[in-house]
Amino acid sequence: MGLPEKGLILSWLLFLLGLFGVLVRRDLIFILMSLEIMLNAAGVAFVSAGASLGLPDGQVMFIFVLVLAAAEVSIGLAIILKLFGRIRTLDSDAAGRLRG
Amino acid sequence: MDILFYIAAATAVISTVLAVAGTGVIHSLLFFIVSLIAVSVVFFTLGAAFAAALEIITFAGAIMVLFLFAVMMLNRGTAMGEMERERFTPKALAVPVIMVLALLVAFGITVFKAGAFSAAVGPSGPKDVGTALFGPYLIAVELASVLLLAGLVGAYHIGRRQSK
Repeated sequence: MGLPEKGLILSWLLFLLGLFGVLVRRDLIFILMSLEIMLNAAGVAFVSAGASLGLPDGQVMFIFVLVLAAAEVSIGLAIILKLFGRIRTLDSDAAGRLRG
Repeated sequence: MDILFYIAAATAVISTVLAVAGTGVIHSLLFFIVSLIAVSVVFFTLGAAFAAALEIITFAGAIMVLFLFAVMMLNRGTAMGEMERERFTPKALAVPVIMVLALLVAFGITVFKAGAFSAAVGPSGPKDVGTALFGPYLIAVELASVLLLAGLVGAYHIGRRQSK
């Protein structure tokens, strides 16, 4: 099993750690950060797959994953900032209670 | 080269565990930045130099800095930290741990049963990536720029001060 296959195992471990973070944490910033961990793990999988074939296509997909992560983080943080201005906490349970 | 890969991969996994395990938001973000740098080293050992540089510049250097600025602007105090700590009971963690373990086993079987790829590797530098981006992936680049424009306009609109 060469190096890119071990990169796939690294991607698998990182993705599960990010998934665990999304499921367990209740702070909205932590949930967003765990989403970024999952996106980074998907990027590792893409680059490992590209490296195993010797093609640059994996890095191209990684660039697009990065673009997606950047756009999502900027809008997610804007929403979180607005939400914090409204309800003075970042608890996701408190954010789930819609009060018309 | 293999030893460097193992050290970098172990660093990435350990710092991600510490980031998720909850020791305050700033500490978790800094642990995640360490994980990103370790993953960049992994990319270098795989021969993907352009992806490694982009990971540091964009992910660790722009996205995480945005996170840190937003967290510093929020100024939330320690209330969330205490609430998180008291929620980390074994009963609350049981279901997520079971689900993640199930996925661990399922993914693990798939990853380890896949046969080894043929060793036709060579480093792909920025020139190959650039040729691919200007060639077959041209439309995807345009769509990515549209996505960034949408993100920009959306973040500006959501974040602007409401004029009364």
